Amino acid sequence: MNLYAYASPATFYHLAGRLIPWFAWGAGLLTVWGLYVGFFVAPTDFQQSEAYRIIFIHVPAAWMSMFIYLVMAFWGAIGLAFNTRLSFMMARALAPTGAMFTFVALWTGAWWGKPMWGAWWVWDARLTSELILLFLYVGIIALWAAIDDIKRGDRAGSLLTLIGAINVPIIYFSVKWWNTLHQGATIKPSGTSMDAIMLQGMLVMAFAAWFYTIAVALVRVRRIILERERHTEWVKALLAKEI
Amino acid sequence: MEWASWSDFWAMGGYGLYVWGSYSVTTACILIEVILLKRAASDTRRRLRRMQQWEEL
Amino acid sequence: MHRFLLAVLRRDLTLAARRRGDWLIAQFFFVMVASLFPLGVGPEPEMLSRIGPGVLWVAATLASLLSLSRLFADDHRDGSLEHMILSPEPTVLLVLGKSLAHWLIYGIPLLLIAPVLGLQFNLPAQAILTLEVSLLLGTPILSLLGGVGAALTLGLRGGGVLLTLLILPLYIPALIFGAGAVDGAMAGTGSEAHLSLLGSFLVLSLMIAPWIAAAALRVSLE
Repeated sequence: MNLYAYASPATFYHLAGRLIPWFAWGAGLLTVWGLYVGFFVAPTDFQQSEAYRIIFIHVPAAWMSMFIYLVMAFWGAIGLAFNTRLSFMMARALAPTGAMFTFVALWTGAWWGKPMWGAWWVWDARLTSELILLFLYVGIIALWAAIDDIKRGDRAGSLLTLIGAINVPIIYFSVKWWNTLHQGATIKPSGTSMDAIMLQGMLVMAFAAWFYTIAVALVRVRRIILERERHTEWVKALLAKEI
Repeated sequence: MEWASWSDFWAMGGYGLYVWGSYSVTTACILIEVILLKRAASDTRRRLRRMQQWEEL
Repeated sequence: MHRFLLAVLRRDLTLAARRRGDWLIAQFFFVMVASLFPLGVGPEPEMLSRIGPGVLWVAATLASLLSLSRLFADDHRDGSLEHMILSPEPTVLLVLGKSLAHWLIYGIPLLLIAPVLGLQFNLPAQAILTLEVSLLLGTPILSLLGGVGAALTLGLRGGGVLLTLLILPLYIPALIFGAGAVDGAMAGTGSEAHLSLLGSFLVLSLMIAPWIAAAALRVSLE
């Protein structure tokens, strides 16, 4: 199989078109399954009562927010190293969803923290790092928005993603350290061993978020491909056919 | 099954506000993203088609 | 190689010496931001010495950003930046020289002003000394990381605000370690750990930031 063929935007456009329904339906079914497990199978937590059920979106959203950033950095690095156009397009297609999941993780963290910690917001290491991650996403999206030239935008955004990726672990550990020095916000969500069924619900929801991200990113990348390849014959033929 | 009735389910053991506050905003975020994406996709196609027709003239 | 670095450095310092007003603005900005806080939170000495280290460090990061948007912009406008990049000398050295010049122009005066502001914030002598050491280690980080932002936003509309948005999150470790060192000195828990972490962050920035900034500069000028 020739993998390079799939790196050509035209081939990838059609491949993505065929994949999107599978991932979209997969995301829907996994969500239904995960929420069923989360709300109807998983028992009440003896410490947190029902409030812990926020975990089924909070943790998957937080995982995705970090994972998407790493994938963006990966595509950016590939694009910079091998000059492949499609990798930059993938990085751009992922960013808005990554920012969305970061926001969801922050929002649900606050709504979980209020009943558990008694405050909407605590400067806990994880919440703070997540907030900084949101700043990084916003910065990258703003940089892309400010640069009209496609080639420059692709590369500048990828460089920023990369330096951010180097910085994220440093930020996390510095915030964590800062947090242990400033006592008062060291309350943790009950770290007791998690019930197997709760873990199952959480993992199913994480897969649902994953499938959703792939589906949405593929839709977005198809749009970007059309925009950028609008002068090629295949896009002209495609648009003419669809009228 | 944990719930005796629907009202029991919505109450979430007294934490209904927090649980549904989280889930509703998450749902809203996803819906907004999907709607914006659909609209942007059709906008792009329409715009490109118009540009193409204009070029052919 | 060294000669090129020195030439870049000398050129930037000479230009800065001719336009003295420009870099004084950043220093006045530093003083003003720091002076706004007592007016905002009240003049109680205990409170001021409590927030002082953090406020001075935040003001220092903002002052550095204010001057950074011009790091490459002037040379870009008169075309000399293209010449320097097209020259056979490595772009990394150009970036390093410019960041170093920026630090000398903006960081050193900051170090001279900071003790005075420390007195305004009722900091004890020991804390002021630690503040100086932390700024000595920390402000070069701000110049190095800021170089990346200045290269990325070169010639963009609204570049200055964008630069702030891109670079402030990257400054956070420096802010935490820098302000933490002064806090540690005041609380009596010691500041060595903070300062050594700040030092390692400086070494890391020195090793990585110039290369990324050089790549960004080439991208922006293509």
